[in-house]
Amino acid sequence: MCCEKKLSEAAAEKFAELDKFIDSLNLAADDERRRGYLIQVLHRAQDIFGYLPREVQIHVAKRLTLSEAAVSGVVSFYNYFSTKPKGKYCINVCLGTACYVKGSEKVLSEIERVLGVKADTDPTPDGLFSVSALRCVGACGLAPVVMVNEKVYGKVTPAKAVEIINEYKKLG
Amino acid sequence: MSETMNNVNVTINGKKVSVPAGSTILEAAAKLNIKIPTLCYCPSVGCGVENKPASCRICLVEAEGIRRGRRILVPACATPVAEGVEVFTNTQRALQARRTVLELLLSDHPQDCLTCPKNRDCELQQLAAEFGIREIEFKGKRNRFPVDMSSNAIMRDLSKCIMCRRCETVCNKVQTVGALTGYGRGFSAKVGTASMIPLADTSCTFCGQCVNICPVGAITGISYVKKVWAAINDPKKTVIVQTAPAVRVAVGQEFGFAPGQPVTGKLVAGLRALGFDKVFDTNFSADLTIMEEAHELVERVKAQKNLPILTSCCPGWINFIEHNYPDLLHIPSSCKSPQQMFGALAKTYYAEKIGVKPEDMVVVSVMPCQAKKYEAARPEFSTDGIPDVDYVVTTRELCRMFQEAGVHLANMEDEAFDNPLGQSTGAADLFGVTGGVLEAALRTAYFFLNRKNLEKDALVFDSVRGLNGVKEASIEIVPGLKVNVAACSGLGNARKVLDMVRKDPTRFQAIEIMACPGGCINGGGQPFLHGRRDLLKKRMEGLYSEDARKVLRMSHENTDIQALYKEFLGEPGSEKAHHLLHTVYHQK
Repeated sequence: MCCEKKLSEAAAEKFAELDKFIDSLNLAADDERRRGYLIQVLHRAQDIFGYLPREVQIHVAKRLTLSEAAVSGVVSFYNYFSTKPKGKYCINVCLGTACYVKGSEKVLSEIERVLGVKADTDPTPDGLFSVSALRCVGACGLAPVVMVNEKVYGKVTPAKAVEIINEYKKLG
Repeated sequence: MSETMNNVNVTINGKKVSVPAGSTILEAAAKLNIKIPTLCYCPSVGCGVENKPASCRICLVEAEGIRRGRRILVPACATPVAEGVEVFTNTQRALQARRTVLELLLSDHPQDCLTCPKNRDCELQQLAAEFGIREIEFKGKRNRFPVDMSSNAIMRDLSKCIMCRRCETVCNKVQTVGALTGYGRGFSAKVGTASMIPLADTSCTFCGQCVNICPVGAITGISYVKKVWAAINDPKKTVIVQTAPAVRVAVGQEFGFAPGQPVTGKLVAGLRALGFDKVFDTNFSADLTIMEEAHELVERVKAQKNLPILTSCCPGWINFIEHNYPDLLHIPSSCKSPQQMFGALAKTYYAEKIGVKPEDMVVVSVMPCQAKKYEAARPEFSTDGIPDVDYVVTTRELCRMFQEAGVHLANMEDEAFDNPLGQSTGAADLFGVTGGVLEAALRTAYFFLNRKNLEKDALVFDSVRGLNGVKEASIEIVPGLKVNVAACSGLGNARKVLDMVRKDPTRFQAIEIMACPGGCINGGGQPFLHGRRDLLKKRMEGLYSEDARKVLRMSHENTDIQALYKEFLGEPGSEKAHHLLHTVYHQK
């Protein structure tokens, strides 16, 4: 098996943090609740790693004595889980009805054009930005809405979107 | 009224029936001999495990009394009946709903039946024929996936997957292999591997149970038939064939013989008619396996070392232990499987005898198995880059070869195997059914320990016969010495027994394990049973009858085996025997 791969210190710390969480669940190898806890563990793993690469899925499978396939099936089912790394800043453009009517699609195309990446694919080569489309964040009064990580921007025009991106570029 | 407290009365198409509460509409209808089409539903994908995801909706019927005041469409396979429920299976609405469901399934299906390996054995094709589909109205997007040919044994063409999930159920719940999962969601969802990696990179054991129960052509075996034809027609090659014990009681199914009827003589004649230079028997090397394995068993019991000994003739099972129990790799018998023993001998002992160079000899195996293809390609079973066994074809693939060549087994006169790799005892026939290897080994181990044969009426070990998943027995092998043995089939059962061994290594002294539920008679390359367990029982009885009809029923009585040791190998367990007939296992 290839699990003896040398991990960078940062990755080792992340795995240790995940293990601490799994340990806290006190699940025996034959505990019937293992499957039930899988989603919770994956949520935590994605919080820690930012995404769920195969080695993290294999690790979770081993720790919960599930097959890798069982873990992978769950990861593939939920949109929330990502197997690709996300940028430092996740730009989410709302394509819900209100935002769409107010022109959020143009905002999205402009962001894709400026950053040179398509929505829901890989992040920018510098790792700073990834772009996603989502459906309604419940702030329709502010349509069109763009979120950058947890921060919400309202009444975004294509031009304003470029300004927002530039702000984050400055932050680095 | 004769009904019991727990029964409910339902009406189906105007006919009344009383069924146990909790029965499904499908079960109630079966009681009235009313057929409702099914596709994803499978009453047993193996070991009695049901597949009932209710995902295909091909069994839609109309029912009243399930939801108050309304007549609704429900899937018959997954809807329990209740008192007073009225079901209509063939109203216009039900028929139209089922037709729509089928057309939608077909609209995302390649429809390449003519060139599909499952042509004439496909349940989707069968439904299309029964429904009289002449045109598929829906023209829409289709899923396209690359065909996975990464392994030497199993091919997956997910463009054909209809998401019945039978393979996923058998892989996870019956075999506990865990190689398959529902992957993705919505339109593009398929049954795939972890992260859709190639099958060869997973923990798949190639047992082929998924191949057996896939209703369509999404999972099939990788075929070497073309290469076999090319070899047969190559004048420079001496092409010999061996045929496994379980083949002789299954191949007749495709040629109108009674289920389970042994057709050994006709099979030999058929193989000769295909053009093989010599027709030999894997039974011969099964007898040889017993000589080596019984010797090993006796040695280990005497030394009380590396117990329990586990049988090693099933390559699916060997893959399973290599993946899942690396801590136990010292206890399987070091014997190669009969297939590989045959290959090793053919390209040494036999090649020398007839003066043919190993590189000019082609060894073909007819096996009930997909994992045998993987096994034959294992690097440790090659000498100087020449594999001991060149090509494996399954029983099903052999049937196609017979059909292609116009060889109809029913029209063949019985013929005998060639020598010297063709003679076998009744013990060897037992290899094809769960418990058989153990029984055969006990017969010869008894002889090794007591220097006399078992009495004729003591030859049959009933406690390890039958199709039960786990069979345990305590057998007095020498007066005063009892050995605890177990025979299990199905990898889920193997896992249970191995977990027992981990907890208490002294509980058993010998265990036989077969990957497929019931043993090789239910192998991943056998003619399809379509869930018919009664046919499996017939195959088992067929092998028992082969054993019973033979004069020689103990492996050590095989005179060609005796000659082989005398001329070539020396004693069981000799250095030469170890070099040619034994192997080592690797953690995966």
